[in-house]
Amino acid sequence: MSRVSDPAGGNAGAPVLVLGAGSDIARAIAQLLAARGHPLQLAARNPAALDRDAADYATRHGVAVTTHAYDATDLARIEAFLDGLPALPRIVISAVGLMGDQEANAADPARAAEVIATNFTGPALTLEAAARRIAAAGGPGAVIGISSVAGDRGRAKNYVYGAAKAGFTAWLSGLRQKHARGPVLVMTVKPGFVATAMTEGMDLPAALTTTPEALAARIVAALDRGRPVHVDPLWRIVMGVIAHLPERIFMRTRF
Amino acid sequence: MTRRVELSGWGRWPRVLCTVASPARPEAVAPTLAALPSAIPRGLGRSYGDAALNAAGVISCRRLDRMIRFDPGTGLLEAEAGVTLDAVIAAFLPRGFFPAVTPGTRFVTIGGAIAADVHGKNHHRDGSFADHVAWFDLLCPDGELRRCSPQSNPELFRATPGAMGLTGTILTAAIRLRRVETGWIMQRTIVAPDLDAAIAAFEANLDATYSVAWIDCLAGGARRGRSLVYLGEHATRDDLPPARRARPFEIPHRRPRRVPLDAPAVALNRLTVGLFNAAYFRAGSRRSGPELVDWARYFHPLDSLLDWNRIYGRRGFAQYQCALPLATAREGLSALLGAIAASGLGSFLAVLKRFGPGAPDRPLSFPIEGYTLALDFPVSAAALRLMDRLDAITREAGGRLYLAKDSRMTPETLKAGYGPALDRFRALRAAQEGPGRMTSALAQRLGL
Repeated sequence: MSRVSDPAGGNAGAPVLVLGAGSDIARAIAQLLAARGHPLQLAARNPAALDRDAADYATRHGVAVTTHAYDATDLARIEAFLDGLPALPRIVISAVGLMGDQEANAADPARAAEVIATNFTGPALTLEAAARRIAAAGGPGAVIGISSVAGDRGRAKNYVYGAAKAGFTAWLSGLRQKHARGPVLVMTVKPGFVATAMTEGMDLPAALTTTPEALAARIVAALDRGRPVHVDPLWRIVMGVIAHLPERIFMRTRF
Repeated sequence: MTRRVELSGWGRWPRVLCTVASPARPEAVAPTLAALPSAIPRGLGRSYGDAALNAAGVISCRRLDRMIRFDPGTGLLEAEAGVTLDAVIAAFLPRGFFPAVTPGTRFVTIGGAIAADVHGKNHHRDGSFADHVAWFDLLCPDGELRRCSPQSNPELFRATPGAMGLTGTILTAAIRLRRVETGWIMQRTIVAPDLDAAIAAFEANLDATYSVAWIDCLAGGARRGRSLVYLGEHATRDDLPPARRARPFEIPHRRPRRVPLDAPAVALNRLTVGLFNAAYFRAGSRRSGPELVDWARYFHPLDSLLDWNRIYGRRGFAQYQCALPLATAREGLSALLGAIAASGLGSFLAVLKRFGPGAPDRPLSFPIEGYTLALDFPVSAAALRLMDRLDAITREAGGRLYLAKDSRMTPETLKAGYGPALDRFRALRAAQEGPGRMTSALAQRLGL
């Protein structure tokens, strides 16, 4: 598969679409790809809130940046959204996500539907459509979904969110197999704890916590190598253990 | 939303449990301030002492980290206050621009650099950071956002640099970058066997763009003040070896290393520092002729050692930086070095630098024409006693201390150093009535 991006600036004209562009992880990835010269299409529910970021990328990296309204839960408008972009993006990253309050998510059908559409069906259908378009154009390209280790096993603490992420992960896996022989890389990213400006000083376990910048660097490195799944190696072990705990024992735990 | 965090300056002493807010965008700072009983802005926490500490409220500016626009014609960069010089260099050196003034670390924010009015190795020629600031937007204690420039709110424009955040919170600023042809510095080393020779070297090279000296603060007798004086010029493309000319801004990649744990208290003592200094001086003395040094190694040698403040151990350290007027500098420096040698306390880092004319119209800006000496001491009763003696010598010489480094001077020492400008500053502060009270541990200690 030829590369859609590389550190030396190859294919630098290929546009990058970032869904949920206001998140810290999305911003860190956007910085790295803009630094290689890729033009950016930033999308979020409220595009005006992206103006600051758009100016920042354009100032730092001298790339063209556009902003677009994108509501992941508006499933009927996904094709129209893609039609409205200034150019077909060759790399699409979904960093859309909504955790919400577990109790409310489980009790209120409207909230449950919102969490599932935001974390699962919205991004899945968008990446599905984008992959189809990139493949039709002959590639090369990549669609990257930021899922979560929370989807590896449903836990009392956040299982509506976890179930949505599990669905997203499974969809990406299928999409990847479908495109296995095509020019589109389908990547699943499952971050663990990510320290953001808001968690500064909070007591996250240091060994299991990464920064948006470090995570972004690893995602871009995985993109360069054509790796389909990125999970922090320590989290792979932790979630491997949690996912395989016998039900009897798992029921007694509190994490 | 706030959280309670134990914070310190870069010296890791003192430590204060602070209520910290991290507003996500410039417009969020005013409501954040209004909700706190008092506040001080904080950038990357690279001031050494208690300037960016305040138990009742700290405004972290780290999320105000967006650049706004850049004009390559004038080199003027508009950016939010939390943008770091590291980010500025990463974005603009490849396009041939470099900060007009950079302190000894690139891990500082633009807001912090203005608040401390930091200086670099080119102070004698180019002044301090605020000399290259076109304007900044200051959120004042009354909740008003004011554009400050030489034309607009000139009083605040002058009072803010050096005031360590006490006049308000800088939200955005416009700074001028300088054009460079390469990312390299042509460095020349002058070996100065004693203090007089070091001063003579500085005085003879006032036209050099950059000058700074490493000084051996433990050498006694005839060798007191022996130094290696480093002069630097931005290398032109033609100065580079042909192999580097195609990519003049690229420098060798060095993986930053991190100090993994606090060093034991005994690691830095008179013996180890003395041995290091002797070896360093000998190695430097063997260097002859100009050499090319990349910008990172030249301007920010300690940045390649992340968390280097941990080498002083858990108790932390105090940095002592004074400036002495030209007329008294020689006697004063000699007395300072004599007191350090007599104390038996070694300073691992000791830096001497010639300052150009300061900015008398900026009441709290540190540099004055003369010489500045910077030293580090691990915190101990003996070190605190020594620094009190150094204060007396500094005052005697008509000198002053740097608020960005200080954690322990007395209000009397501040008064002696800054004189009537201090009253002007206090009057301006008093006139800044408003619900958003700016204060810090430093301000409370010094009655600012």
